[in-house]
Amino acid sequence: MADPKTAEPARARLSPRKKQRISRAVQYVVLAAALVAVVMYADWQSLAENFAKGEVASEALPELFTVALRNTIIYAVGGFVFSFLFGLLLALMRLSQVRPYRWIAILYIEIFRGLPALLIFLLITFLPLALPGFQVPGGTYGQGILGLGLVGAAYQAEVFRAGLQAVPKGQVEAARSLGMSATRAQITVVIPQAIRMVIPPTTNQFVALLKDSSLVLFLGVSGEYVELAKFGNDLASQYANATPIMVAGLTYLIVTIPLGYLASRLEGRKGRTR
Amino acid sequence: MTHAIQLQDLHKHFGKNEVLKGIDMTVEPGQVVCVIGPSGSGKSTLLRCVNLLEQPTRGKVFVQGVEVTDPDVDIDAVRRHIGMVFQQFNLFPHMTVLQNVMIAQQRVLGRSKREAEVIARENLDKVGVGAKCDALPGQLSGGQQQRVAIARALAMSPGLMLFDEPTSALDPELVGDVLTVMRKLAEEGMTMLVVTHEMGFAREVADRVVFMDGGVVVEDGPPAQVIGEPKQDRTRAFLHRVLHPED
Repeated sequence: MADPKTAEPARARLSPRKKQRISRAVQYVVLAAALVAVVMYADWQSLAENFAKGEVASEALPELFTVALRNTIIYAVGGFVFSFLFGLLLALMRLSQVRPYRWIAILYIEIFRGLPALLIFLLITFLPLALPGFQVPGGTYGQGILGLGLVGAAYQAEVFRAGLQAVPKGQVEAARSLGMSATRAQITVVIPQAIRMVIPPTTNQFVALLKDSSLVLFLGVSGEYVELAKFGNDLASQYANATPIMVAGLTYLIVTIPLGYLASRLEGRKGRTR
Repeated sequence: MTHAIQLQDLHKHFGKNEVLKGIDMTVEPGQVVCVIGPSGSGKSTLLRCVNLLEQPTRGKVFVQGVEVTDPDVDIDAVRRHIGMVFQQFNLFPHMTVLQNVMIAQQRVLGRSKREAEVIARENLDKVGVGAKCDALPGQLSGGQQQRVAIARALAMSPGLMLFDEPTSALDPELVGDVLTVMRKLAEEGMTMLVVTHEMGFAREVADRVVFMDGGVVVEDGPPAQVIGEPKQDRTRAFLHRVLHPED
């Protein structure tokens, strides 16, 4: 390194561009080798037989869409509406002037973000034992929506908090100096602006919630209440074949990938209008 | 006769920082009073104490004879009669221009939608942005936005108007339009308390000019006196800096 005589020719032999080319070539070779290995050693017939069997896949129709996807959307939309409203309430409590409200909101948010969602669902199944005579309204749908809503609200609360805090202080001052009460200023001026700002992260929240709706499986649902994951799992057990789970997975993607694109589109547009 | 605004021994602390150190001042009905002074002199804080956007630490504020610093006073009711215009306009970006001027009329004064719209259009025409009713604030120039903000305050039929550096955030070529609107208001007899750096406006329009520095009123009198022949060294030094910035 200190000797310029050896450093000079070394640089001449391997220019940065050449180095880059070699590095790229090596990467292609590794990739090709990996592909060859997979093609040679994978048992394609067995894989196709177990994961993509046409006859089994056709057994999933039409219930895949008319029952399973329909229920997934019911759980997800119901849980989303619950978490949206409850999350907004939590965010307002989190930013309240009244200290105990802040404590309650912080406690709730920390607990429900810190626990696995699955645990919440398992606890919900024990609710009737803990509170004799208590029934979650809406039956199985109600239980699923409750579980998703309780967990989703903790995340949505933090999304709303960020949005509410991003509304400039001058907005409240303008509203108050026009004679609006603090509550009126929040409802008329702050919350509508906050909601507009949180549309992209909220879309992502909905995608997360849609995937979490698979946890309804642990509520012990059956028959007309099954959603995609449970539906796929039941059929897979019945035929001792993984194809229905693959089919259920594809159905999730049909919904989640466009929503993901929508969220990033909205994100981009937000940058332009503000 | 009751004063439009009366400040008695007004103090304001932000933590240990004492921004207002005992202000006594009055504004009479129909007067235009301009408050000038270096940045950090407390002039914006003084203005914000009048409608209690800042809560004074000590002292009393009376608006049209009502003590607004009295804890039993309904401050929302008081603010209805005090129009305020901000440096940063603070229009509501999610509402059209027309909605900006209508919303408080409907929600605070309880005017019907039709009545609020008629009054909103009148005031928007008056400030020269009547053609922009359906635009969003973000689509307007700064000067247009500030005139909408003035219309929004006027639509509440206020007894007096507070202006907090209304032209400081504007491009120089847009300042004139806003000052023209303010001059027209002054001619109509509106009571105005204006924090400003526009010396020309203060000299021509104000009935009185108040020079503040370091949280106290240094000089208070007609513009010909305070700007024309200042008695205090601090006033002279400030005016020299403002009027001859290149020296």
